Amino acid sequence: MNGTSDVLAVARLRKAFDGVDALVDVSFTVAAGELVALIGPNGAGKTTCFNLVNGQLAPDAGTVSLGGERIDGLPPRAIARKGVGRTFQVAATFASMTVRENVQLALLARQGAHRSVAARATERERVAADALLAQVRMTRFADQGCATLAYGDAKRVELALALAGRPRLLLMDEPTAGMSPNSRNRLMQLAADLAREQRIAVLFTEHDMDVVFGHADRVIVLDRGRIIAEGRPEAIRANREVRAVYLGEDEPV
Amino acid sequence: MSLPSLFAQLLNGLASASALFLVAAGLTLIFGVTRIVNFAHGSLYMLGAYVAYSLVDALPRGPLGFWGGVIAAPFVVAAVGALIEAFVLKRIYAAPELLQLAATFGIVLIVRDAALALWGAEDLLGPRAPGFAGAFDVFGRAIPAYDLLLLVVGPLVLVALWWLLNRTRFGVLIRAATENRVLAGALGIDERRLFTGVFALGSLLAGLAGALQLPREPANLGMDLAIIAEAFVVTVVGGLGSIPGAFLAALLIGLTKALCVVLGTVDVGGIAIAFPKLTLVVEFVVMAVVLALKPHGLLGTPPAALPTTPIAEFRALVIPPGRASAAGAALAIAGAALLPFTGDEYRAVLATDILVLALFTASLQFLMGTGGIASFGHAAYFGLGAYAAALAVKHGWPMAGALAISPLVALGGAIVFGWFCVRLSGVYLAMLTLAFAQIVWSIAFQWDSVTGGSNGVVGVWPAEALADKRVYYWFVLALVVPALVALTWFASAPFGYSLRASRDSALRAEAIGIDARRMQWQAFAIAGALAGLAGGLYAFSKGSISPDTLAIPRSVDALVMVLLGGLNALAGPVIGAASFIWLQDALARVTDYWRAVLGIAILFIVLVFPMGIGGGMQVLLRRGRRRP
Repeated sequence: MNGTSDVLAVARLRKAFDGVDALVDVSFTVAAGELVALIGPNGAGKTTCFNLVNGQLAPDAGTVSLGGERIDGLPPRAIARKGVGRTFQVAATFASMTVRENVQLALLARQGAHRSVAARATERERVAADALLAQVRMTRFADQGCATLAYGDAKRVELALALAGRPRLLLMDEPTAGMSPNSRNRLMQLAADLAREQRIAVLFTEHDMDVVFGHADRVIVLDRGRIIAEGRPEAIRANREVRAVYLGEDEPV
Repeated sequence: MSLPSLFAQLLNGLASASALFLVAAGLTLIFGVTRIVNFAHGSLYMLGAYVAYSLVDALPRGPLGFWGGVIAAPFVVAAVGALIEAFVLKRIYAAPELLQLAATFGIVLIVRDAALALWGAEDLLGPRAPGFAGAFDVFGRAIPAYDLLLLVVGPLVLVALWWLLNRTRFGVLIRAATENRVLAGALGIDERRLFTGVFALGSLLAGLAGALQLPREPANLGMDLAIIAEAFVVTVVGGLGSIPGAFLAALLIGLTKALCVVLGTVDVGGIAIAFPKLTLVVEFVVMAVVLALKPHGLLGTPPAALPTTPIAEFRALVIPPGRASAAGAALAIAGAALLPFTGDEYRAVLATDILVLALFTASLQFLMGTGGIASFGHAAYFGLGAYAAALAVKHGWPMAGALAISPLVALGGAIVFGWFCVRLSGVYLAMLTLAFAQIVWSIAFQWDSVTGGSNGVVGVWPAEALADKRVYYWFVLALVVPALVALTWFASAPFGYSLRASRDSALRAEAIGIDARRMQWQAFAIAGALAGLAGGLYAFSKGSISPDTLAIPRSVDALVMVLLGGLNALAGPVIGAASFIWLQDALARVTDYWRAVLGIAILFIVLVFPMGIGGGMQVLLRRGRRRP
């Protein structure tokens, strides 16, 4: 990867909880339009790493840069405004609003107009919201309440909410958790297509190896807070150490 | 300050702490298992005192009769508690907090009137405790022997509860259910019986505290609300669900109060501070400090077992008002404007009350419905506005100035209190709002020289031109309508959506760049200011105000009106206020026991009509529209 197209650069990141190292000297980059998967067994430090990039935690040492600008230590909303979109392990949408209203609000927040009292919220950013819903194939659910959506559809709304912020970087925490194998691949394919089309850098964690090896351009393997391997999916799949600590196997499949 | 007086005050403080602990222990036990904030716990305490009085009176005189009565009374109260649990609470365990609170307050009203009917309005002073009637001489000070007895009872009950919780099967079940109700249910624990048992045990403790109080204080009808605020404070300071926490908190508060009495008037930087006057405020200050430092109380843990999903109402799709609503509102306003032509002056007075309370209710509905912030102390801002207006008039301000300052003072209060409150969530937040309201109430009650103390301020009449009741009604209408329209407008503008977003999912709101906490703080400020305006209008309509203007019952009135109208319905506040005033007025004419009837009405709504009158009408209208 060359340095100029790097959207996210994480350098020598370190975080400990009550003296226990959760992350030790972790460094990596993600380039525009690139999909990078962060994998590792439970407790490897994936979520900590995510929360450090997202701003829910502040690092003990090291830096997080977005397009060359330091963002470590900023609160999540400030990082969001700088162009970092996020989806959650358990889809989080606004239950009392329609699908379209969810996206309209995200668009308004992107412009800093979310505290406005100048006009009705439902009359603003309708066209842009509908365009985003078309992108995630949710047009026909636009007027439905988010509380009544199927889980896979709620995940699509989340994706639209993240894209509404016109992100440079998209963080997806286990994007396909809780979905059927079929809809997993469809959702991931959609996210991958949109990210490549819009040159968005994507960092995601995932437990499903089919999703990881099927969609990631590059894979980073964490174990006990350290990066133990990094490379193209095929290379990782063949890596002995990864097999031993993560896939829990000695023999190739 | 002398050492003996310090010692005497400490003993007195510890004795009070003991009684307080008994009440708080029951409350925290019940909350821990059932997650219900039981407003009626103070009523059970009051009942303990009354039942003990009757039993002691009926039994033969002497130690056996007295102690027999005091010991039997808690068991009667426990039986009453079990009945309440079985007939009311059992049905609302899954209901939103607001409904649970309203239901238990309905019980408060019913128990109050039942006590009035059974024992009358007079205070009933019990006999002295045989064997403990005298006083001990400690360092030259007389310490009532009964205080020493109480001193011992608290720790004894703590030990007994510890034994019960750690050494019996019942206790293990209680601890399991407190820690994780869902898991306990999954393991096959019979929740229904356990909950009834816990509620009876909590009631027993409240009844015991009330019975033991008899030789110190006559049984009276004000005991319920007087103790409940304090018990809430102790429970929250100690950490909800933690019995040792409640004990520590009761000690902390008892000793702090004693210290205030001992300190006397102290000169701090040229200002004389009368510490003994602060005793009513100090527990709430302790609570505010503790919660600011430890948001879950001294020994409390973050409520992991609490459901994290928003309450049912908050998952329902909110439909912004359309043309039909606007037309309906215009029609209602026109009708309201013509109202004074139809009846006598009394009707205009009632209608003014409705408008003022509708504004007060709307501000709370905005905070609770759109903002998702349960305020149990909204009367604080109403009262700040009312006192600001009244005191301004007393100091010679013209009415316009006095009315203008009322929302501003309330706004100031809401900005300061809200800053603390939005840092907490759920029941802790609700309790902190209650605490702030009690602080304001205590100041109004005790700062005689400025606020007029318990008498309040009189002679707060509107300007000459508005002296006629009908004209004043129109004046209020002209202010309240724009305020209600503004609130509705805020709710359907991006501001309201961002606020609702912060309520639906703070995590998601932050992720799209919304500062959830700041949104809630601003909602607090807006709601406070409008409640303050309502308070100012109220002061001028009544001509006088007193600490009752901002006491707990007024906060609960607001909650009940929000409930009557529905949390989401646009016309909710107006419907809530109108039905509340109408009910009160109509009932007060036909029966002395209107409180009980109101309580039964509240229970009826909670159990049968949980969406409120306004919410229910909304559903009916929507159903009607869908039909071809």
